[in-house]
Amino acid sequence: MADDNIGHHRMVVGAHYGLFDWLAQRVTALIMAAYTVILLIAFLISDGVGYEGWAGLFSHQWFKMLTFAMFVGLFYHAWVGVRNILMDYIKPIAIRLLLQVFTILWLVACTGWTIQILWRA
Amino acid sequence: MPEPLKTSRRQFRNISIVDLTRYRFPIGSIVSILHRASGALMFLLLPFVLWMLDQSLLSETTFEYFKGVTSGWFVKLVLLVLIWAYLHHFCAGFRHLLMDMHIGLNKVTAKQSAIITFAVSLTLTAMIALKLFGAF
Repeated sequence: MADDNIGHHRMVVGAHYGLFDWLAQRVTALIMAAYTVILLIAFLISDGVGYEGWAGLFSHQWFKMLTFAMFVGLFYHAWVGVRNILMDYIKPIAIRLLLQVFTILWLVACTGWTIQILWRA
Repeated sequence: MPEPLKTSRRQFRNISIVDLTRYRFPIGSIVSILHRASGALMFLLLPFVLWMLDQSLLSETTFEYFKGVTSGWFVKLVLLVLIWAYLHHFCAGFRHLLMDMHIGLNKVTAKQSAIITFAVSLTLTAMIALKLFGAF
């Protein structure tokens, strides 16, 4: 099948989620890169490396929202990456599916934890 | 379809772990596999990262506790590995995005950008390592 799956013989059936995930992985990468730059700048212009400056930065609503949006992007990015790894290396379908479900549950749980961390105060 | 040319060159198809020791890795493939490995590592260390963010923001007391925990040499080493993973993933990802836009796809440029990826990520990691372990 592999040798035949090129050119006009290419298989065109499937779930068609490939392009969306491919694009989502790149868009989320850009969001995380932009956040890294914003965090570095905000950290450098804030007063010192103490608790006051650090917690002060995360006390603004806009920064909480920005951080949360970045984390959701990160979790989606991680899902696409981990799914690719599982598809490449874990061949038994039952184990692969189990690990994929665990990954999704884990990332959803981490989203909840992130909300708690950011909006506790 | 015409028959492909038969060559005497060794063919690697569905290589196993054992084959890896005899497989020649061009520098681009080392960037690539480390991109995957660093991503997997950061995924596994995600609870540690969230825990650090949690402790650093919760209160002044937990902030001091977080500072205490991260001042030990072993945790510093874990942090350094995490920082390397981030920097490598960042640089290799940037190279990936350029290649998506069909920039630097030829063999020579791709090799150069792979070298630049290592140069940037490893230099930054080394500088942070010196800072982290108190050289300056």
